[in-house]
Amino acid sequence: MSIILSDISKNFGSFAALHNINLEVPEGELVALLGPSGCGKTTLLRIIAGLEHTDQGSVIINGENKTSQNVSQRGIGFVFQHYALFRHMTVFENVAFGLRVKPRHTRPSNEIIKKKVHALLDLVQLDWLHDRYPDQLSGGQRQRIALARALAVEPSVLLLDEPFGALDASVRKDLRLWLRNLHHDLNVTSIFVTHDQEEAMEVASQVVVLNHGHIEQQGSPSEIYDNPTNAFVSRFIGQTNVFDLDEHDNEWLRNVGIINANSTGRIAHVRPHDILIEKSESHQDATATLKDWQHLGALIRLELVKNDHHASKSLFAEMPKEQFKALALKIGDVVKLKIRHAHWFH
Amino acid sequence: MNTHSISHPPAKGHGAKQQQALQDPNWVRWSLIAIALGFITLFICLPLGLVIYQALSKGIEAYWTALTQADTLAAIRLTLLVAIVTVPLNTLFGITAAWAITRFEFKGKSFLTTLIDLPFSVSPVISGFIFVLLFGAEGWFGKLLATYDIKIIFSAPGIILATLFVTFPFVARQLIPLMQEMGHQEEEAALSLGASGWKTFYSVTLPNIKWALLYGVLLCNARAMGEFGAVSVVSGHIRGLTNTLPLNVEVNYNDYDVVGAFASASILAGLAIVTLVLKTLLEWKQTSR
Amino acid sequence: MSHKSVMPGFRPTIGLTVLYLGLVVLIPLSTLVFESFKLSWDDYVHIITSKRVLSSFQVSFFAALIAAAVASVFGFITAWVLVRYSFFGKNIFHALIDLPFALPTAVAGIVLATIFQPSGFLGRLLNEFFGLQIAFKPIGIVIALIFISIPFVVRTVEPVLLEFESAMEEAGASLGATRLQVFTKIIFPNISPALLTGFALAFARGVGEYGSVIFIAGNIPYVSEIVPLLIVIKLEQYDIQGATAIALTMLVISFLLLLIINLLQFWVRKRSGQL
Ligand SMILES: Nc1ncnc2c1ncn2[C@@H]1O[C@H](COP(=O)(O)OP(=O)(O)OP(=O)(O)O)[C@@H](O)[C@H]1O
Ligand SMILES: [Mg+2]
Repeated sequence: MSIILSDISKNFGSFAALHNINLEVPEGELVALLGPSGCGKTTLLRIIAGLEHTDQGSVIINGENKTSQNVSQRGIGFVFQHYALFRHMTVFENVAFGLRVKPRHTRPSNEIIKKKVHALLDLVQLDWLHDRYPDQLSGGQRQRIALARALAVEPSVLLLDEPFGALDASVRKDLRLWLRNLHHDLNVTSIFVTHDQEEAMEVASQVVVLNHGHIEQQGSPSEIYDNPTNAFVSRFIGQTNVFDLDEHDNEWLRNVGIINANSTGRIAHVRPHDILIEKSESHQDATATLKDWQHLGALIRLELVKNDHHASKSLFAEMPKEQFKALALKIGDVVKLKIRHAHWFH
Repeated sequence: MNTHSISHPPAKGHGAKQQQALQDPNWVRWSLIAIALGFITLFICLPLGLVIYQALSKGIEAYWTALTQADTLAAIRLTLLVAIVTVPLNTLFGITAAWAITRFEFKGKSFLTTLIDLPFSVSPVISGFIFVLLFGAEGWFGKLLATYDIKIIFSAPGIILATLFVTFPFVARQLIPLMQEMGHQEEEAALSLGASGWKTFYSVTLPNIKWALLYGVLLCNARAMGEFGAVSVVSGHIRGLTNTLPLNVEVNYNDYDVVGAFASASILAGLAIVTLVLKTLLEWKQTSR
Repeated sequence: MSHKSVMPGFRPTIGLTVLYLGLVVLIPLSTLVFESFKLSWDDYVHIITSKRVLSSFQVSFFAALIAAAVASVFGFITAWVLVRYSFFGKNIFHALIDLPFALPTAVAGIVLATIFQPSGFLGRLLNEFFGLQIAFKPIGIVIALIFISIPFVVRTVEPVLLEFESAMEEAGASLGATRLQVFTKIIFPNISPALLTGFALAFARGVGEYGSVIFIAGNIPYVSEIVPLLIVIKLEQYDIQGATAIALTMLVISFLLLLIINLLQFWVRKRSGQL
């Protein structure tokens, strides 16, 4: 089901947590709400769920205006950041809860509830834990139970608040992939909150970047990465080297090819992998010195300093390991830079 | 109860001095234990033992006779009646107050919380006195009540009202901090799964607060059955009619009926012990959750 | 009133709470205030400054003060022992601490009077060996109030002591402090707000206490007559005005104490980083 948010604003006292949010999520998408801490992600998600009232604007789910509808009638599935499993119920009862509280005439029979819950537990691959209590589960297991519980009511939309926030790195990686596959199978419109850009890029089909309570950009992961519409998005998504024309030597910028015929604006952002490096023998045309380098798995990150009198900030470049080996660079070597591509902002 | 001071690894070399700074010397330890136990024995164990000793001082038979006197039985009945009326009312109030205070933000919330605690800081005698001012013969509604021939002061309703006042905060006071700490996430989860407000309270909130609730009810009940000062002011001490058990203790004591006084007292002491045992069990339940 | 929560039931619960609070507590309490309007200021001063009333306030305050102080010292030791050490029968002692909360005050009253009266178990001993009489003297009041005060102190100090981070002690020790220094410079300053709160709670309760005191006090006017008893006596003499004046004064004092206690607790929470 599609979700349309129009003109949503929310204040806490005098603090504007969200202003004029407009967002359209087509049916079946898996959308990531991405932004720095405190930017209003949770608040927006809770407004969609009906756990928070808006000051202004409307929430339309599948063409129906749900703005003033109670959370218990909205038919959404919400997965809480810290899971909020019912501590006094077994895993089975947790998942069954949404079915058991249905009004009598729509409530499935015990038989059906049982079948359905076990099916869901199978889906999250945890049926063998059905008679445990939440505090006997690991974080990752709790997370999957919370998801199964939300799915039990066959929600029209699924909302997840930092679903992997409390888990350690390796479990996160596994669950990301798992969530992606699950979404692929179920195809229920989903929004999940994260402040981890890598997670957003990896899992989501659409990314919405939020900052200070408003949307900075919305698009597919590659759109956002390749064509950030402003400096915030560019800096927030992936690593970026920032060059300010007011601070830098324009001559140097022109030399390395950042400034060229079609450059517009005052600030240039350059992705590390858009910096090409050649070894340089003569100090004449050399543009930077290798200060340090680090292994990032298959990539090598090079830390470079400019060869001009202003001992300025380091810049970072990345290249495949093999290429680095072939160049046979050592710390202190001087190199020639060539910038393949830059984003310009004002 | 775990103590951190016993589980330190044995001290060695340089660590020994640090260990000394972390542990009380043995002589300090034992003298403090002796002081504490002596104090508790003197002020708590001794009085408790004495109730039983005095009640049985003239033999089991005298004790039984004292217990089954018509006045004592009437006092037991009245005490039970008072508890049966006041405890449920204050429990209901405690739950609604805790829900309102912990689940919503509103102006004057902390003021309201303070007001709920008010009866704790009012002298029991004053707690009774205010009801005399309201419903006594000279009181505000005295004339009105007299014309309709309703008796509140010097009869059961007055005793119940004074007890309601005195035991008012017990349940709310147990629930508010717990529900504050619990937060609303589980309730929000239930609501998002389509549960109604009642269903959410009944199947998510209540199971989480039940031990604290019982604890509050227990304390409320102990006080309701044992309140003396407030009840004494409104009761009029009419034997067989308006004496609760604590008042019966006083009346017998002042009549130099030691066995009678301590027989009634022994029931109340029994109640206190049951309360303490249940309270300890509930504390275990709560911490083992 | 603003409420913008999705939680159900704001109106009924807040409504019921305020209604019930009003009926059971606020309206009855306010009668005392309204009743006192019938008194002129001069009448009021006259009643309150009469010698008997002043002595009773003196007795009540001093007894409560001394009892709270004694209970604070021993209560602190008791809490310390219960939290830090383990010994045989500790759980039973731990449970017994609350007896004064659970035991009706009238029972406590007659028991203490029986123990300390000149022919009583301890009364005789004290009389023979020290020539000391406790029952029917002001010191009897103190004894009764100590009994009442114990759980207030222990139960306020205990949780703070339990949550006290031993890492702080370890840090102190690692910096070279002796045990006594660790206690006086690290532990005690952290516990003292709670101890002070316990003291204030015990004091507030002691000033208004009635049941446990009247049996052991002897109730001699000017000597061992407490304020609550004087209210009862005035009431029995149908001196409503006198009772009202004294009760109102007590009430105001109690509220001031409540205010102080709230501030203290606020301070405790702030210091322990809960705010
Ligand atoms: N109930 C509330 N009362 C007052 N301010 C609030 C409330 N809830 C949130 N805020 C404020 O609104 C802003 C947005 O909060 P929100 O929880 O939506 O952030 P977030 O993007 O989810 O952050 P995080 O990534 O840290 O979870 C924050 O500045 C927060 O302080
Ligand atoms: Mg958040």
